[in-house]
Amino acid sequence: MATHAHTADPDAPAVYEQFEDIDQQQETYILGMWSFLVTEIMFFGALFLIYSIYRWQYQGDFYIFHKELDYVLGGINTTVLLASSFSVALAVHYAQLKKKRQQLLALGFTLLCAFGFLIIKAIEYGKKFEHSKFPNDTFVWDAAKYGGDPEHARLFFSLYFSMTGLHGLHVLIGILVIGYLMYLIAKDHPVITDYVPTELVGLYWHFVDLVWIFLYPLFYLIPK
Amino acid sequence: MSAILERTAAPDPQVKKNYLNADHTLASWLLTTDHKRIAVLYLIGVTVMFFLGSLAAAFVRFELTSPRGQILTHETYNKMFTAHGVIMIFFFLIPAVPAVLGNFLIPMMIGARDLAFPRLNLASWYVWTISAVIVLTGLIMGGVDTGWTFYTPLSSLYSNTQVSLVLVGLFLSGFSSIMTGVNFIATIHKMRAPGMTWFKLPLYVWSHYATSVIIILGTPVVAITLFLVVLERTFRIGIFSPELGGDPVLFQHLFWFYSHPAVYIMVLPAMGVISEVITCFSRRQIFGYRFVAMSSMAIAAIGFLVWGHHMYVSSQSVLQGLIFSLLSFLVAVPSAIKVFNWSLTMWRGSVQFSTPMIYALAFIGLFVIGGLTGLYLAAIDTDVHLTGTYFIVAHFHYVMVGGAILAFLGGIHFWWPKMFGKMYNEFWGRLSAMVIFLGFNFTFFPQFILGYLGMPRRYHVYYFAPEWQFYHVASSLGSTILGIGFLMPAFYLTASLLRKDNVAPANPWGAKGLEWENASSPPVTLNFESQPIVTENPYNYDPIEDTNKVRREAGLPEIPREDPDKEVHH
Repeated sequence: MATHAHTADPDAPAVYEQFEDIDQQQETYILGMWSFLVTEIMFFGALFLIYSIYRWQYQGDFYIFHKELDYVLGGINTTVLLASSFSVALAVHYAQLKKKRQQLLALGFTLLCAFGFLIIKAIEYGKKFEHSKFPNDTFVWDAAKYGGDPEHARLFFSLYFSMTGLHGLHVLIGILVIGYLMYLIAKDHPVITDYVPTELVGLYWHFVDLVWIFLYPLFYLIPK
Repeated sequence: MSAILERTAAPDPQVKKNYLNADHTLASWLLTTDHKRIAVLYLIGVTVMFFLGSLAAAFVRFELTSPRGQILTHETYNKMFTAHGVIMIFFFLIPAVPAVLGNFLIPMMIGARDLAFPRLNLASWYVWTISAVIVLTGLIMGGVDTGWTFYTPLSSLYSNTQVSLVLVGLFLSGFSSIMTGVNFIATIHKMRAPGMTWFKLPLYVWSHYATSVIIILGTPVVAITLFLVVLERTFRIGIFSPELGGDPVLFQHLFWFYSHPAVYIMVLPAMGVISEVITCFSRRQIFGYRFVAMSSMAIAAIGFLVWGHHMYVSSQSVLQGLIFSLLSFLVAVPSAIKVFNWSLTMWRGSVQFSTPMIYALAFIGLFVIGGLTGLYLAAIDTDVHLTGTYFIVAHFHYVMVGGAILAFLGGIHFWWPKMFGKMYNEFWGRLSAMVIFLGFNFTFFPQFILGYLGMPRRYHVYYFAPEWQFYHVASSLGSTILGIGFLMPAFYLTASLLRKDNVAPANPWGAKGLEWENASSPPVTLNFESQPIVTENPYNYDPIEDTNKVRREAGLPEIPREDPDKEVHH
C-alpha cells in the first residue's frame, strides 16, 4: 500500500492516496469504525432479542438456573473490564498528548485486564463443564433437586455459553488488536503518528465492555 | 442522434496508461487495492457463480417437464433447488450490483480516487471467494436439502446433509457483505469531491447508500442466526429446535428480518442503475430527483418492518399479520414513486432504444408485474391461498431476475465501455436483451398460473394433476430461451475485449456524470487526471444542445433558444 506524506515534515501523519488530507482520513476512519460498531450491535442484538424472548417466557425457571452462575466471579470480571475501559480512555488521552510511555503503560494495563477477564471466565467455564452444564449430549439438569424444566435449563445454558462465548471471542480479538497497536507504537510505525489508531481501538474496546455491562445483570443478577 | 451515439473513436496510436494495463502480473491483480480491479475480480466471480446456479436451475426445469419427474430422485431434486437458491441469492444477487458495479462506480461518481478502505475492499473479495469455495464444497460433497431458507428444526436436527459446512460458508459471506457496506457508507459520507453535495449525488449513489444501511443493519442478524443453527447441529444447544426447548418460529423471524430486507439489497442498486440509464437515453433530467432519492431511503426503512409477511401461516397472530400486511402495502409506495418518476422522465424525452435502455425498459415492465403480484402476497387472505405455491416462485423471479438481473446486465452494458474501454456489438446487445425478455416471460408467466391452480413449490412430481404438464413444459421451454439469452452476452462481451477496432471514447453515450465526463475509458489508476469539482446538478441533459451539435456538424444553422434566461428543461 503506497503511503505518502503531503508535507516534508517527517512527523506528519501518513495520508493514504485516496484521501485529500489527514483530517479527511481521520474523520473517515472514525466514521468507518462507528459503522462497524453498528454491525456489532446488530450481531449481539439478535442474541439479546432471543434472550429477552425466552426470559420473558420462562421468568421463574431462569431465576432458578441463574443461581448456578457465580455472581462474585462475574462481579470481579465486571470491575476488571470497567478498569480496562478507564485505562483505554487514558491511553487515548496520552496519545493525544503524544506521551508515548504513558500511552503504552495504559494500553499494557488494558491488556492485563483483558487477560485477567479471560482467566476468570475460563475458571467459570471449567466449573460448568465439571457440573455437566455445557449444553451438548453430556448436559444434565437435576430437576428433582433444583426445580425448573430441564429443556429450559438447556436453553438457558445455551444462551449463556453462546452469548458469553461470543463476547469472550471479542475480548480475545481485542487482545490481539491492542497487542498489535502496542507493537506499532513501540516501533514508532508511521501510521501511529496521530492518536486516531488508539481512538479506534478504544472505541472497539469500550463496545466490548459495554456488551459485558449488559450480559452481567442479565445472566448473573436475575431478580426473583 | 448518430453524433451522440458515436460508436467508436479512432484508435489512439499511443495506448494510454489505465488501470487495466498499469501492470500485467497476476500478483498485481490478486493484491490490488484499486476498486476498479476489485470490481473486475468480483465480476469474474459472480459470473462463474451465476452460470453454476443456472445449471442447477436447468436440472430443476428439466425434471419438471414430466408429472412423475425425469431423472432426479427426491433427495437430489431437493439438493438441486437448494443449490440454485443458495448460489443465486448469496453469491450472485447480493454481491452482483454492489460489489461489481458499485465498487467500480461509487468512487468515480462522487469524484474520489478510491473507496475509503481499499484494503478492506480487497479483503471482502477474498472472504467472498473463500466462502464461495466452502459453500460449493458443501454442495458438491453431499449437498443440502433444506432449501435456501434453512428452516429449523429440519436444518438443525433432521437433515443429514452438509448443512453445517454450507452455513459456515454463508456466515463468512455475510462478513464480505458487511465489509462492502461499511466501506460504501464511509466513502459516500466522507469522500465526495468539492461541490458534490448530498443532493447532487447521482441516484445510483443514493440507492447504494440505502443498500449499505440495510447491509450493516441486517446482515449481522442473519449471520448470528445461521451460526446458532450450526451450534445447534454441533453441540445440540437448544435455541430454535422444539425438541431442545427452542422455538422454530423465532428462527423464521430472525431469518426474515434479514432476508426480506435482503431483497432490497438486491433490487435497490438495480433501481439505481435504471435511474442512470433512463435519464441518459431519454436525454432528460430525472423527474423528481429528491423523491427518487428519498424513496430509496424509505424502502430501506420500511423494508425492515415487513418481514412478517413471510409468516402468515407460521402461527402468527391475526393482529401481527394485519400490521405486517399494512406495512407491506406501504413499501409499495416508494417503489411506485420510482416507477412513475422513470416513466415521466421518458415522457417527451428523446428516447433511444440502445441495449442498456432495452434492459431498463424490460426492468420497469417486469418489476411492475413482480411488484403488483407482491400485493397479492401482502394481503393475508390471498396469501394463505398462494403461500408455498409457484405463484410465490413466479413473483420473486419477476423481481429478482426481471428486476435485479436485467438491471445488472443493463448496467454492465451501459458501463462496459467505461470499464474495459471497448464497445460491444450493438446488434447482438439488443438481440440478447430481447431474447432474455421473451425467454424470461415465457419461463415465469406460466408459473403464476400454476401457482394459482395450486402447484406447490419444491415438489418434483405432480402426477396428482397431470394437466399442469402443459404449463411446466412451457416454462421449461422458456427457460431454454432464457438460458440462450444469458449465454449471448458472455460471448459478444468477451469478443469485444479481444477485438482491436472497437476502442471506446471517454463518453460514448454523451452521458452526464463524473465517470463519463471527467475520466478516460478505461480510467487511470486513481480515476481522474485532476480533482473534479462539481458545479452542476446530476442529469443536466440538454436536448437542444444535443440537436445543435448534430446540426453544427452537418453545417446546418443552430436552433435558437427561445429565452436564454429561462430554464429550458426540468
